[in-house]
Amino acid sequence: MVLYRVLSSSPNKPANALQSTLLNMQETIREPMVQDPTQFDVLVMPNLYGDILSDLCAGLIGGLGVTPSGNIGANGVAIFESVHGTAPDIAGKDLANPTALLLSAVMMLRHMGLHGHAKKIETACFDTIRDRKVLTKDLGGNSKCSEFTEAICQRMKDMD
Amino acid sequence: VICKLCPLSPPPAKYGGRHTVTLIPGDGIGPELLNHVREVFRFTCVPVDFEVVNVNSALETDDDMNNAITAIRRNGVALKGNIETKHTLPASVKSRNNVLRTSLDLYANVMHCQSLPGVQTRHKNIDIMIIRENTEGEYSSLEHESVSGVVESLKIITRNNSLRIADYAFKLARERGRRRVTAVHKANIMKLGDGLFLQCCREVASGYPEITFDSMIVDNTTMQLVSKPQQFDVMVMPNLYGNVVSNVCAGLVGGPGLVPGANYGHVYAVFETATRNTGKSIAEKNIANPTAMLLASCLMLDHLKLNDYASVIRNAVLTTMNETRLHTADLGGQGTTLEVVQSVMRVIQILRRIRMHVADLPS
Repeated sequence: MVLYRVLSSSPNKPANALQSTLLNMQETIREPMVQDPTQFDVLVMPNLYGDILSDLCAGLIGGLGVTPSGNIGANGVAIFESVHGTAPDIAGKDLANPTALLLSAVMMLRHMGLHGHAKKIETACFDTIRDRKVLTKDLGGNSKCSEFTEAICQRMKDMD
Repeated sequence: VICKLCPLSPPPAKYGGRHTVTLIPGDGIGPELLNHVREVFRFTCVPVDFEVVNVNSALETDDDMNNAITAIRRNGVALKGNIETKHTLPASVKSRNNVLRTSLDLYANVMHCQSLPGVQTRHKNIDIMIIRENTEGEYSSLEHESVSGVVESLKIITRNNSLRIADYAFKLARERGRRRVTAVHKANIMKLGDGLFLQCCREVASGYPEITFDSMIVDNTTMQLVSKPQQFDVMVMPNLYGNVVSNVCAGLVGGPGLVPGANYGHVYAVFETATRNTGKSIAEKNIANPTAMLLASCLMLDHLKLNDYASVIRNAVLTTMNETRLHTADLGGQGTTLEVVQSVMRVIQILRRIRMHVADLPS
């Protein structure tokens, strides 16, 4: 589940076809989100709740190593970034999981209209993770960042 | 700050050793669940009489709430269902539940989240005590719209209330032999507000060297809760984060139908379900889970020092949950509310017979 934190001052108007349900925080966070998060599709909320719910959801899908995000402005300027921080303890050691930043880049490509490239990279990334042969430490493996990246690149070459 | 863990003493038994407790049925599933509590109490011969005070959530006037508050002041203790906060009423009409908590200065909301062996959950071995500041923070109900389309909400954090809730948390941790207290905050952003809260927690922590104190930012906390909840022991936090964290924890151990909650002040105590849901959509359908409300009534009995009655009812509820495995729909079962309550009463009957036989045995 990808959450967009909208930073612009004018709220997006919902499309006519979208069903919108007003849920208060309590109804969202308790049992439903923790026990059956699959019932949710798109959630929109103010800043603090977004901060809390995005981390909560990251915890549900495997942690900060795999969670991408984007910050979209009203004028179309956008910055895409991983949700995780700088992780100084593992910096420069070829240990980090690049998935979060990679999927953020995929979001960026979609934002730019480069859907073909986005799909290809995303599929290669998901397939590598699903395969479970080359995984970084946070996902239970002991491969290096570069090895994981190489596996994704190899898959993309095989796709062509 | 003179802080006492519990009110000075429970209110005196009124007449013939019986206590009077204010009962506020509330809305949604509250009335039916509280009726079941009364049934179980009658069956178990609990020496408690209920003074029922109804609060009509559709009215704009404060008369009902004033009656309820007066009744609780008179009796000292209350058991309540959630009073619906209708969004259609004007903004000047505050949440009745909130008014109750602030008027009676019920500053500590305490929730004990424990994994139950009979309930299937993704995470096991959870045992977390959540102490939530209950009177200020983001629930100050102070908002204004100086410029049309721009609303300012005031979040109030005071040294006095932060110290007393921290003190409550540490005293409780010490009393229950708990090892670690974690303060939950967002002081990196709300540097003055949450910063003050954190500072007060640190000050209080220094007086409890045997207890480890640490702090965690609220977004990280929710992430840790859904991935590794076993790391938490006692948690203390301001009002809104308390709301969020308690709901996440309730979800982790099986849902809102299971966990009881307690609100303590220096003088009064009010018991209810932990996540304070009205349950409008399942009201009067005989499907609501009575566990949380029954366990809340046991917390109330403990508070009144009627511990034997509390134990019997609690054991019966937990036996039904864990051994008989009679579960309502929220737990994936097919039992009705009534079936669960009847099962609880059957177990109470058995426990009473065992006790009688034990009493009859030659010493």
